[in-house]
Amino acid sequence: MKPAPFDYVKPASLEEALELRRRHGAESAILAGGQSLVPDFNQRLRSTETVIDINGLSALSSIEESQDMISLGAISRYREIETSALVAEHAPLLKMAIPEIGSPAIRNRGTIGGSVSMADPGAELPACLCALGANFELARAGSKRMIAAQNFFTGRYETALDNDEILTRIDVPKNRVGFRSAFHEIARRKTGYAMCGVAAHGKVTHQSVQNLKMVFFGTDDTPMLAVNTISVIEGCAINDVPPAELDAALSEDLHPSDDTHGSAKLRMHYAKVLTRRVLAQFVSAHGEE
Amino acid sequence: MTNASNDNHLFRPNSYIGRTVPRPNAKRLLNGRGNYTDDTKLPRMVHVAFLRSPYAHARINKIDKNQAIKAPGVVAVVDGHDIAEVCAPWVGVLAHLEGMKSAEQHALAIEKASWEGEPVVAIVASTRALAEDALELIKVEWDILPVVTDMEAALGEDAEIIHESLGDNLAWRRTMDAGDVGASFDHAAHIIEERYISNRHTGVCPESRSIVADFNSADDQMTIYQSTQAPHMMQSLFAKHIGLDTHKVRVICNDVGGAYGIKVHAYPDEFATVALSYMLGRPVKFVADRRESFLSDIHARDHRIDTRVAVTANGEITAFEIDDWTGVGPYSAYPRTSAMEALQVLNFTGGQYRNRNYKGRATVVYQNKTPMSQYRAVGHPIVTMITEGMVDDAARAIGMDPLEIRRRNLIADDAYPTTSASGLPFEKLSHQASLDKLEKMINYAELRKDQAAARERGVYRGIGIATFIEMTNPGVASYGVGGAPITAQDGATVRLDANGNTTVAIGVTEQGQGSETIVAQCVASALGITLDSIKVITGDTDVTPYGGGTWGSRGAGIAGEAAVQAGKALRENILEVAAIMLQTDADSLDICENNVINHRDGEVRMPLSEIGRICYFRPDTLPPDFQAELVATRHYVPRQYPFAFTNGVQGCYIEVDIETGLIAFKKYCVVEDCGRVINPQLVDEQIRGGVVQGIGGALFEECRYNDRGELLNGTMSNYLLPTMTDVPDIEVAHIETPTSESELGAKGAGEAGTGAAAAAIMNAINDALSPLGGKVTQQPFTPERILSAIGKI
Repeated sequence: MKPAPFDYVKPASLEEALELRRRHGAESAILAGGQSLVPDFNQRLRSTETVIDINGLSALSSIEESQDMISLGAISRYREIETSALVAEHAPLLKMAIPEIGSPAIRNRGTIGGSVSMADPGAELPACLCALGANFELARAGSKRMIAAQNFFTGRYETALDNDEILTRIDVPKNRVGFRSAFHEIARRKTGYAMCGVAAHGKVTHQSVQNLKMVFFGTDDTPMLAVNTISVIEGCAINDVPPAELDAALSEDLHPSDDTHGSAKLRMHYAKVLTRRVLAQFVSAHGEE
Repeated sequence: MTNASNDNHLFRPNSYIGRTVPRPNAKRLLNGRGNYTDDTKLPRMVHVAFLRSPYAHARINKIDKNQAIKAPGVVAVVDGHDIAEVCAPWVGVLAHLEGMKSAEQHALAIEKASWEGEPVVAIVASTRALAEDALELIKVEWDILPVVTDMEAALGEDAEIIHESLGDNLAWRRTMDAGDVGASFDHAAHIIEERYISNRHTGVCPESRSIVADFNSADDQMTIYQSTQAPHMMQSLFAKHIGLDTHKVRVICNDVGGAYGIKVHAYPDEFATVALSYMLGRPVKFVADRRESFLSDIHARDHRIDTRVAVTANGEITAFEIDDWTGVGPYSAYPRTSAMEALQVLNFTGGQYRNRNYKGRATVVYQNKTPMSQYRAVGHPIVTMITEGMVDDAARAIGMDPLEIRRRNLIADDAYPTTSASGLPFEKLSHQASLDKLEKMINYAELRKDQAAARERGVYRGIGIATFIEMTNPGVASYGVGGAPITAQDGATVRLDANGNTTVAIGVTEQGQGSETIVAQCVASALGITLDSIKVITGDTDVTPYGGGTWGSRGAGIAGEAAVQAGKALRENILEVAAIMLQTDADSLDICENNVINHRDGEVRMPLSEIGRICYFRPDTLPPDFQAELVATRHYVPRQYPFAFTNGVQGCYIEVDIETGLIAFKKYCVVEDCGRVINPQLVDEQIRGGVVQGIGGALFEECRYNDRGELLNGTMSNYLLPTMTDVPDIEVAHIETPTSESELGAKGAGEAGTGAAAAAIMNAINDALSPLGGKVTQQPFTPERILSAIGKI
């Protein structure tokens, strides 16, 4: 398990990194936390001519607050986000999700930008960021663009990131009054990949849930916004969502497949179980007030 | 000369036997100063990587090596024909497994590959990375052949025959028929039939298989550094197949990062590495990477067993019947074969029970998957799953408590010596005392109340009980009589040095479990010295007495006894010298805490350092007709019994989430009887580690194949091992029933934890699911299988 040969560069500034990216394009790979990229290299599942190590770019590791959002630098470590007071206050969904990612060793190194760029269909944070309506800043030499999380993930391990771009920042809208988050996943092992998970965010009242974003992961090629399910939930009293309609909507929204950890049937069952858990959590969360 | 006063040395108050002492090697390993095979770096050393078959069954039409040979750093590119010129093939059969057949196996495949991962071409380069780069330049033309994957279909009329020379895919079959099974079934109140399935898994060693072979043509000497459990066995095998005299092969086994039976086999890629060193005349290193470990390490436990049990209305089990099928890959493993699991399933099933009516059949077939063979607790997890599954089946049929049915049917503690229905001889076991102890330890009555209360709340909890027998201290019957160069005996050499310290060289090996600590405790106690004055040397065929190594739970029971006897022999030699020096009778002296003392009053007469000084530097002061011998060697092999059975019982309390199929452990208890406990902490660690591996098989681990014979989950992220967050606290207690065959009285403890865990967990799940009418019988008991069993998916 030795990687195929590659050149390694560690730029000292973002400008330098973007210039390297411009020059090497498709023949380069960005190394952030390396928790997925390095095993892929070692198994020769992927190879590249130039590895651009962005771990030296301290400008990409800040967690900052502005008027209505918090901005996470792309190389913010899971552990930093997990323990950030800003995140706890303004984006509690991220704080709920991160303990479910891998093991502490992985969370010490892995980065939010790495998770987003890798676009693993089983990953937690892409789903959370879609549920929260986050926006991503993509930089290339001389220019920048913003893209909504929901439009960024285009397929299994595929994103809208161009070969000359680097994901630099993630903007997460601050939690608004009355909004609640829920996060659940089911994994064979506590430290392993989820067979199915859900990130949910919406305005919860004693009567109903509105403005709901319910995003599943581990079921489809990309984080999957469950539009039919959301419309069933939003159309009913929170305590009285008809189970049959819910299940039918989930079957329309999600397209799970078989893998070594569980069948499509199992994943669909889990989606149904998790949806009920989210609703139960919203009900009880509201009852606490 | 004997010294009657010293006979109870092992068990006197300051003996180390029965005491928890720290392992001397733990600090070294924790400091990062371990010396594993991969740490071996020799001048002119090169590295080998293997091109492995991407197909489960394919003819090799042509191998184009031209590009690879020219790649940077490449020293040699070698195929099966090349290597066959220096390494003779082998056949993995044993004479006492009558009728067994297997095909000739080569270090590198010739003509065709028979499993995905079989080594086909070896590339030697200046680094492993360069070897892997060059590997991508080799072009092989394959003819893909039909595969045999399903074990029962392997004997079907239209099945592809993997080795034409064998005529069919049957490796071995044996039947057993004891008592009168037919009459028992005719008269049974209930007959319960079930099919149990144990899926393939493997022993994942933290340190993968590793070897460095260094052939020195100047003195015709092959030195091999290897992560192995059996250095002397490997010495014999490498010598035989490369064509060297045994004394020209030295196998050195330094630190080993876990072995679990995986490293007790001879692997084709390791033969190839040795052959390459012989061909090239320079050191060659092979360290298996994780992917090739999953494809080439021994797999185990792939069995389907149809069972039938007869029980009377009052809970007497009157017959067991089993039909066991197993598929073992395309070749029988060398030199232990791939039939032992099935043999042990056949021989051991139902062995803890009084029932005398037992019928069984074991069928071992070849298929195009990674070879299977021995892995920790060989066959026992299957034996215990089906035995204890059948007993719970019987209990449910008649509405009897699982503890009660066991109490009525286990062999009574006062019935020994006795035999099992299948003829296993039992010297002395403690099933009843163990079950009683477990009942109290797990607080059985309270758990039943809690279970009932939980069910009222819609929470499904279950108690699982699994009694077990475990084969340890194997004698010559296991392998020696079958013609394999595997010794059942072990030897220890104990030497007093000039400063009064002691060195012990012994045939067993240390693979992280504490063998060296056990050996030091045995010698220190027998000799009368402190642990800090002892150094234990293992794992070097040039240095240690001939021994079997570490497998079959033999280290403490067999090597420990050799260490005791060698320690006693040296004590006698020392006291003989001391008696001359002190002008007294040796019988009046003893050794305690590194001093020669008066046996009567304990008065210190002379430190051992003085004995060393006089004997080595001033022998002129001793009588001219006396020669001191400060080295003693003793060997030991059990003779009376072919193996020492141990016993115990595991109990667990679990909660099943009936929406997710996930399991949470609430309690896990083990009562275990390994005879004399030498180091309680090490024994408990063995039990706990064993249980964790058992939990792996029960809940997580499974080598999953598709119908093309391709392994689907050969990575650490897809092959699920239990981690610290997935396993419970495991409480361990002991009953001590020493074997009277040895002075030490120790039996083995290394595999008992693994043997019964899956059975206890299965019974607990089925107890939890019983109100829902569901039952699982297929390992691992995954969420999917649990939810299917109760109709949720």
